[in-house]
Amino acid sequence: MSARAPLARRVSTYLYRRPRLALGLLLAPPLLWLGVVYLGSLLSLLVQSFFSLDGFTGQVIRRFTLATYRDLLTRANADIVLRTAGMAASVTVAAAAAAFPLAFYMARYASPERKALLYLAVLLPLWSSYLVRVYSWKLILAKEGILNWTVTLLRLEGVLNALLALPGIGGPSLSVSLLGMFIVYLYVWLPYMILPIEAALERVPQSLIEASSDLGARPRETFRRVILPLALPGVVAGSIFTFSLTLGDFIVPYALGNSAYFIGQAVLAHQGTAGNIPLAAAFTVVPTVIMAVYLTAAKRAGAFDAL
Amino acid sequence: MTVPIPAVRFDRVSRHFGDVRAVNDVTLDILDGEFFTLLGPSGSGKTTCLRLIAGFDHPTAGRIELHGVDVSSLPPYERDVNTVFQDYALFPHMTVAQNVAYGLMIKKVLPREREARVAEMLAMVQLAGLGRRRPAQLSGGQRQRVALARALVNRPRVLLLDEPLGALDLKLRQQMQLELKAIQQQVGITFVYVTHDQDEALTMSDRLGVFNNGRVEQVGSPAEVYEHPATDFVAGFVGVSNLVSGEAAQAVTGSPQTFTIRPEKILIRDPGADVSNGMCAADGRIRDVVYLGAHTRYRVELAAGGELTVIQQNVETSSVDVQAARGRPVRLVWHRAHNRPVATRR
Repeated sequence: MSARAPLARRVSTYLYRRPRLALGLLLAPPLLWLGVVYLGSLLSLLVQSFFSLDGFTGQVIRRFTLATYRDLLTRANADIVLRTAGMAASVTVAAAAAAFPLAFYMARYASPERKALLYLAVLLPLWSSYLVRVYSWKLILAKEGILNWTVTLLRLEGVLNALLALPGIGGPSLSVSLLGMFIVYLYVWLPYMILPIEAALERVPQSLIEASSDLGARPRETFRRVILPLALPGVVAGSIFTFSLTLGDFIVPYALGNSAYFIGQAVLAHQGTAGNIPLAAAFTVVPTVIMAVYLTAAKRAGAFDAL
Repeated sequence: MTVPIPAVRFDRVSRHFGDVRAVNDVTLDILDGEFFTLLGPSGSGKTTCLRLIAGFDHPTAGRIELHGVDVSSLPPYERDVNTVFQDYALFPHMTVAQNVAYGLMIKKVLPREREARVAEMLAMVQLAGLGRRRPAQLSGGQRQRVALARALVNRPRVLLLDEPLGALDLKLRQQMQLELKAIQQQVGITFVYVTHDQDEALTMSDRLGVFNNGRVEQVGSPAEVYEHPATDFVAGFVGVSNLVSGEAAQAVTGSPQTFTIRPEKILIRDPGADVSNGMCAADGRIRDVVYLGAHTRYRVELAAGGELTVIQQNVETSSVDVQAARGRPVRLVWHRAHNRPVATRR
C-alpha cells in the first residue's frame, strides 16, 4: 500500500479538509459572472446617467453632471415615468387579486392530480414565445377581433365604448389603448404572481388554520389575521416580478400602445436612434430606484416577518 | 340523585375515511373536571376522536355532546373547547403575547383586561417576561407552554391536548407531565389528553380510555386498567405484560384459558425450588438479559413453550451478575392471584 493515492483522490481529500477553499472554487465562476458582467454593467449604467449629451455635436460629454436627471424631470419625460409606474402598479394589484384565489385553491384544496394539471395550465403559456402571445392578444383585442364580436353578441357594446371613451386609458379600440395593454400585461405576468403565492400558501401549516378557528376566529378572520400575513412574502415576491417586468417592458407598448411612450420604449429610442445614452441610462435607473423603495417599504411594513 | 351531565359524550360515534374506519361506534362519557386520557397506538382513532371534539372533523355517524348539547355539526369556532396542538401551531408572525391574546382579541375582550389575563397566564406557565419574543426564539418546552397558555387563557370548559409532550426530551416531558397535572387541578377544567405513551397516561390521568382499531377497549382508572386489563390488547399495551396461552397455560394452571402476568410479579428461583401453596411455577432457561440500571429485564424461554419477560429490581445484583445469568436454567414462581384471565379477540 505504499503506492501514492491517485491524483483525483488526493485532490478530493485536500479539498475535503479545506471546506472554505472548496466553497470558494464553486462560487467563484457565478460570482465573477454576477459581479463583473451584471453588476459591472449596472454600475456603468449608473455612471453613464451622470454624463450628458452635447445637444449641438451629439457627443457624450464624460463629465459629472445632474443635467440628464434634470431632463428626466421635464414634463414629457416625467409623464413617461408616471405612466409606466402607474401601469406597473395597477397590473400588480390586479394580478395579485386574480392570482390569490387560484393559488389558494391549488395550495389548500386541489387533489394532487388536479394541482399538477393546474400547474401545467399556469406554466404552459410560458412555453410559447412571449412575442407570439402578445401579438395574438392584439388580434383578440382588435376591432374585428373575437372579443369585440363576443361583446356585440352580448349587446354590451355600450359598456365597451364607454370604457374606450375614458380619457387617458381609452382609445379607438382595445388593441390601441392603455386598457388593452393592461389586459395583456395582466395575462402575460399572471403566472409569475400565481406561483410564489401558491408556494407561500402551501407553507402555511393546516394546524395554524385549525388553531385560529379553535380560538374562535371565523374563516374570514382567520384569512385576514393568519393566512394573508403568512402569504404576504409570496405576494411581495410575485409583485417584484409583475412590477419590474412591466416597468422594463417595451414590446407590449410597442404592439398595443399609442404615441404615449413607456420607459422601455424611451430607453430603446434614446440609446438607439437618438444616441442619447445618458438619458437612456437615467431612464433605466428609475425602475431600479422604484423597486428599491418598494422593497424597503414592504420590509418596513413587516411583509417578510413571517419568513 | 341526579346523574351529572358529562363534559363530553360520544354516542355511538363513527368516522370513516373511505373504507377506513378510523373511529368505529365509540360510546364514551368524559366527566366534568376530570383528566381523561385517550391512550392507544398510532392509527387507533384517538387523535380522530380529539379532532371530532374540537370540530376539525365531523362524525360519519352518531353524535357528540358537550355538556349535554349536541355539537356534532358545529364548526370549531362555535365550540367552547380549546386545543393544544401536537406541533404547537403557534402563529409565527406574532409575538408570544399576541399568540396568547389571539382568542381574547377575536372575542373582543377589552385591551386592558386582555393584557391582564395574558400576563397572568404567562406567569402561570412560567413565561413571564418573554411576551415580546417570537415563537421561533423559544425552546421546544417554552413553545409548548405558550401553546398551553394560548388555549387556557380563553377559560374553555374542555381543554384538548394532542400529544403535547411528544417532541420534548424525556426529562422535560416528565417535568411537564407533573406541571400539566398541577395546572389541571388548579384551573379545574376538563382535560382530554391524547397520547400513545402508557407511562404518561398512567402518571397523569384520572381515567383513561384505551383505543385499538377505532374502538375503545377499556375505560377506567389507571390502576383498574393496569391491574385488570379487560382484553389481551390492553394487557399488552398498558405496561409490559406476558400473555400465556395454550399449552403453556395448561402446564402452569391446568387450564388452556389465556391469562396475563405482569413481569414485575414474577420471581426467579433455582431449578427445583419449592412451590408453596397458591403459587404458580414454570421452568425454563434465561435466554436474554437487558441491564437497565435500576432493574434488569430477563427473557425466559419456557420448557412448555413460549417465553416470559421478568423484571427484577437490582437490589443486590450488579451488572456483572446479571450478565452471568444468561443461559442458566431457572424456575419462575409467582402468586396465582396475579394471573389475569383475558378475553382474546383474535
